[in-house]
Amino acid sequence: MGDVLVKVPVSEQDPKVRATNFEEVCLGYNKEEAMEEATRCLNCKNAQCIKGCPVSIQIPDFIAAIKEGNIEEAYNVISNSSALPAVCGRVCPQESQCEGKCIRGIKGEAVSIGKLERFTADWARENGIKPQGCAEKNGHKVAVVGSGPAGLTCAGDLAKLGYDVTIFEALHEAGGVLVYGIPEFRLPKSKVVAAEVENVKSLGVKIETNVIIGRSVTIDELMEKEGFEAVFIGSGAGLPRFMGIPGEQAKGVFSANEFLTRNNLMKAFKEGYDTPIARGKKVIVVGGGNVAMDAARTALRLGAEVHVVYRRSEAELPARVEEVHHAKEEGVIFDLLQNPTEILVDENGCVKGVKIIKMELGEPDESGRRSPIEIPGSEYEIEADTVIMSLGTSPNPLISSTTKGLDVNRRGCIITEDDGATSKLAVYAGGDAVTGAATVILAMGAGKAAAKGIHEYFQNK
Amino acid sequence: MYPIVKKEKLADKIFLMDVKAPRVAASCLPGQFVIVKIDEVGERIPLTICDYDREAGTITIVFQTVGASSERMSYLEVGDSFMDFVGPLGQPSELCEEENLEETKKKNIVFIAGGVGTAPVYPQVKWLKEHGVDATVIMGSRTKDLLFYVEEMRAVAGQLCVTTDDGTYGFHGMGTNQLQALVDEGQHFDHCVAIGPMIMMKFVCKLTKELGIPTVVSMNPIMVDGTGMCGACRLVVGDQVKFACVDGPEFDGHLVDFDQAMSRQQQYKTEEGRAMLALQEGDTHHGGCGHCGGDK
Repeated sequence: MGDVLVKVPVSEQDPKVRATNFEEVCLGYNKEEAMEEATRCLNCKNAQCIKGCPVSIQIPDFIAAIKEGNIEEAYNVISNSSALPAVCGRVCPQESQCEGKCIRGIKGEAVSIGKLERFTADWARENGIKPQGCAEKNGHKVAVVGSGPAGLTCAGDLAKLGYDVTIFEALHEAGGVLVYGIPEFRLPKSKVVAAEVENVKSLGVKIETNVIIGRSVTIDELMEKEGFEAVFIGSGAGLPRFMGIPGEQAKGVFSANEFLTRNNLMKAFKEGYDTPIARGKKVIVVGGGNVAMDAARTALRLGAEVHVVYRRSEAELPARVEEVHHAKEEGVIFDLLQNPTEILVDENGCVKGVKIIKMELGEPDESGRRSPIEIPGSEYEIEADTVIMSLGTSPNPLISSTTKGLDVNRRGCIITEDDGATSKLAVYAGGDAVTGAATVILAMGAGKAAAKGIHEYFQNK
Repeated sequence: MYPIVKKEKLADKIFLMDVKAPRVAASCLPGQFVIVKIDEVGERIPLTICDYDREAGTITIVFQTVGASSERMSYLEVGDSFMDFVGPLGQPSELCEEENLEETKKKNIVFIAGGVGTAPVYPQVKWLKEHGVDATVIMGSRTKDLLFYVEEMRAVAGQLCVTTDDGTYGFHGMGTNQLQALVDEGQHFDHCVAIGPMIMMKFVCKLTKELGIPTVVSMNPIMVDGTGMCGACRLVVGDQVKFACVDGPEFDGHLVDFDQAMSRQQQYKTEEGRAMLALQEGDTHHGGCGHCGGDK
C-alpha cells in the first residue's frame, strides 16, 4: 500500500521515446493499480465530485464497484451517464471538474477519477462489454447534426429512451473533434474513438457520413421531407481565427485546425497515406490552449524544434496542466509573455521567421485574466519555417443562414435555453456551436441536457 | 460508397465521370463543388460540379491528372466506387439563381474557360440557355488534343469561340486575345465569368478591368475539409481574408490577390511531385536524386 495522500502513479511512455512516435502517452492503470486507487475514495454521502461532472456520473458508485473488483458493474454505472467514457477518461480536464471537487484533494491529492474511468472503459472494451440496452422503440425520428461529443452523447441518450436517431456527419468519418482534432497520442482513433462510436451505434443510432447540413440537405428539409420530428445541432466550433498580422498568408502558416486535421483525420503522419503535411524544422505555435499543445506536440513528433508563443504567463495558459507538463517533458519550448507582430517571408513567399514582441501583465480584463501589454522596444526576430495559429474559432454560418427562424447571437453562436431549445420549435443545439470553442465534456453535458429537453418536448407534445 | 456509372477520357489526361451521389444530385446548383476521396488512404480532393442529373441521382465531375491522387483517380473504372463523395459545397453561382434571372436577362454575358475550366462553365451556360439567356463562350486550351465539350458547348452557347495557344484549332491565341478581338469588333459585354487555371484568370481579370467588365472567377485553392474548418483555402479578396470553401468558390475577380493565391497553391508542390513520381515509377524508383531521401 502506498501513501493514501497521493495518487497511485500511472505509467507513461518515456518522454524521449514518445517524442518520436504517435503511440499513446499515458498507458493507464492495470486492474491491481485501479483497485488500489479505488480504496482512496472516501465514498462521501454528499459527493462533490458528481456536482463537478457535466454529465453527473455517479462517481462514488463506480469507484466502489472497482474497489470490489466488479469492473463490469463499474462500467454499467458510468455508461448510464456517459456515452464516451474511454474518451472522457483521457481528455476531460478532471483537475477542474470532478477531481477539483474531491474531498480527498483538500489534504493531499484527489482520487484519480479520470484514470479510473479510463481503466473501466478500456476493460469493458477489451472484455466485449457493451452499454446496456434501450427502452422499447417509440417510433419518433430525431436527427442529430454532427457526430462529435455533443452529437454522440445526445444521440446515445435519445436512443436509450427509444428514439429512432440518425446522425449526419459532414466529414467522411464519425467522431468530430475526437477524430480530426485530438491527436492519436492522446486519444487513439481506431482503438478508442471508433470503439465508442460503435457503442453508440449498438444502441441503434444510425450514422450517415458525407452529409453537410445546410448544403446536402437543410434542417427544414429534414423536418418537412424526411420525417424528422426534432433536430439536435452539434455542428462544432467553426472557422479558425488568424491574427491579422503581416505575412499571415505566406506558405508555411497554418491554422491549428488544418495542421491537426491533416495529421489526425487524414493520417498524414502515417506511411502510405496521400495527404501531405509540412514537416517543419522549426515551428512556432501561437496560442496557449489545449489545441495549441496538441499542435505543438504533433509538430515535435514530426521532427521539428517547437516553440509555443503565448502572450500571457504560464499561470494563464488555458491548456490543461497535464498537457503543458507533457509538452515540456517532450521538449516543447515555451516562449511566454510574448506575441508575434509580423511573419517574415522570403523571396519565394515562404515563412522565414517571426517578429515577436515581449509582453507584461497589466490589470485583469473582462475574462478575469490579467491582460497582456506590449513592452515597447522589446521586439526580436526568431527564425522559423512553419507557423501554426491556434487562436480559437468563430462560428460557421452554414446552418444558421440556411435554417428559417434559428436565432444566433452577435458573435454568431446559436442561442439556446438551458435545455438546449433554440428559437425554432423542436430544434435543439449544444456544444461549441452554442458556446464557442470549449471542451469535449462540456459539449457532452450540453448534448445530454438537450436529449432530456427533446424527450420532454415529445412528452408534452 | 459512391459508384462510378460512366467514365470517358475527354482529352489527354482529362477524364469525365458520372458518380452516383443522390443527396448531392438532389440539392446542387451550378458553381458549387464536391470533395471526393478514393479510398482509406486517399486525399480529400475538391472538384467543381460539372453537371448533375437529379432523377438519376448522379453528378458529373471532370478532372485532369496533376498529382498522385488524381492520377490514381484516373485508374478507377465504371463499377468502381469512391469511398467518399460529399457536397454540394460552397455558394452557388449568383448568375444561376432564379431570383436574379430578370437582371441576368438584361446582360451580355461572356464566359472565358481555360483547360478543365470548360467543365464547370458548361452547366452555367446550359442553365442560362434553359432560362432563355444566350451567352458568349470563349473556351481555350494549349492545343487541339486538349479540347473537349466543343459540340456540347456549341449547343448551349449563343456564340462560341474556341481558341488554342498553338493555333491547331480555332482562334490562334489565348482567351484574352479572343475577348479583345470581340470587343474590337464592337461587341459589348456587361459581365464576365472566368474559370480555369489561376494564371489564366489573373490575366483575364487584368484585361476586363481595363475594359470595365465586372468579372467573376471560380477559385480552386488547396482545401482539406471544404466545410470551413481548416482555413487552408484562405484568399485575400480586396482587404479581407476569405475562405474559398464557405465564402466562395466564386469571387469578384478584380479584388482577388492572384499572385498570393498562386503562391499558396504551390505549398505542397514538392510533396505532390514526389508522390506522383513514386506512383509512376513504382518499384523502379532508384532514390538517386538526392532530394527525396530515398522515400520516393
